[in-house]
Amino acid sequence: MKKQSLIQKLTSPTIFMDTSKTILPVLSFLATGMLLVGMYLALFVAPVDYQQGHTVKIMFLHVPSAWLGMMGYALIAISSFGYLVFRHPLADVSARSAALIGAAFTLLALITGGLWGKPMWGTYWVWDARLTSVLILFFLYLGLIALRSAIEDECLASKQTAIMAIIGVVILPFIKISVEGLSVPWLGITLPSWNTLHQPPSVLRSDGPSIHSSILIPLLVNALAFTLLFFAMHMKAMRNEIKRRKIKSLAIAEIERTRSQGTAAEE
Amino acid sequence: MNGFGLLLLRDIRLALREGGAIGIALGFYLMVVALIPIAVGPELKIMGKIAPGILWVALLLSALLSLGRIFKADFEDGTLEIIATSSLPLELSAAAKSLAHWLTTSLPLAIVTPIVGALLNLDISAIPIIVLTMLVGTLAISFFGSIVAALTLQTQCGGVLIAVMVLPLYLPTLVYGTVTVSIALTPPGSPWPSFLLLCAISLASIVIGPCASAAALRHHMQ
Repeated sequence: MKKQSLIQKLTSPTIFMDTSKTILPVLSFLATGMLLVGMYLALFVAPVDYQQGHTVKIMFLHVPSAWLGMMGYALIAISSFGYLVFRHPLADVSARSAALIGAAFTLLALITGGLWGKPMWGTYWVWDARLTSVLILFFLYLGLIALRSAIEDECLASKQTAIMAIIGVVILPFIKISVEGLSVPWLGITLPSWNTLHQPPSVLRSDGPSIHSSILIPLLVNALAFTLLFFAMHMKAMRNEIKRRKIKSLAIAEIERTRSQGTAAEE
Repeated sequence: MNGFGLLLLRDIRLALREGGAIGIALGFYLMVVALIPIAVGPELKIMGKIAPGILWVALLLSALLSLGRIFKADFEDGTLEIIATSSLPLELSAAAKSLAHWLTTSLPLAIVTPIVGALLNLDISAIPIIVLTMLVGTLAISFFGSIVAALTLQTQCGGVLIAVMVLPLYLPTLVYGTVTVSIALTPPGSPWPSFLLLCAISLASIVIGPCASAAALRHHMQ
């Protein structure tokens, strides 16, 4: 028999179930610990903004949620690609499990954004460029979840959802650029933004973060904590999905067995 | 005549002889546009200002209605499998069917826009640019729409699902379509950059649409 490569070993569902059984508790423990540290830093250590007051603390939930909403979609897209190209069942399990979690984080980003926007901008919702593109990201998630649940044949549903996920990734840059504008100085390209009130990205910038470290460190700790939480939930959801599929195939096998016994008895 | 042209002609003929399709789309377009002044209030100044946006949204919604038809009937009676086994690549067949949808649904909607726009006190000077953006933008509507039509072939709640899935795909077209018109109406600044972007998106849709819908159709016929 041909020896399996490391990747093949790691991605086989049975081995995934075995390894995730030991990894999951560790991951959950780390996520909980980091969340506690992150929340402590955010609520008690980080200074209160002189303009925004305590509302600035919403940021520690808002920013990681927005990041994870985007990361979730990237995860779905990569998994979908893996499923369409390599036909690997685990990739589909991963795509399916990430959809709800990613959608939840995107919704969380929208809701916390609204709550933060009320004292800052005087309204819960503005048709600001970045808000709008996150809203569209949420719609893309909804489309994926709806499509998967609308197709009865699970195998077909997986394949079609994977195509939709990839189409979504192809179209996301168009959406982002059309709504948020684009500026590439060295090519001489500047496209105006559709409408903006939101502050520009302030952590990942080429000239270094524009946030003071007293806020930046708690923010990064929180981002890491929520990322760990995301992966812990994702792993748990994948385990559940694999178990669900096993139960389903066992149930079908059981029906087949009783049916064949029935026909044998008739004869 | 080659397979592409034959399939295109067949689909156009079917759409015309069915009769209902174009009429329903045009009627729905008129209906949506007529409802807005009733809801917002008939103030001509406000109407004129929001007219391009309303026309675009109404056009998107009306084109949505008939998306489900692109592949449905052919899939149900098995014609699609014959088309798939023919010498014409499935990608080109999907392109022919999307193009037929554009010619029979989206194009008529774009053409009647000046008349419907009159209901909304649309500025006469805005008519050429708005029709031009619609002529280009509706290509993306038909070709992106064909993807979702192909993906949702075997679902029960077709219509609503199509709407949920396809509207995010239409967003760039909607943004550049309306931005082009509004820049053209407020003189300083040239509308051409955003118009060219609108063209770029439509061209991209012509490539992405048939490839993706052919992939989706193959999954249905395995």
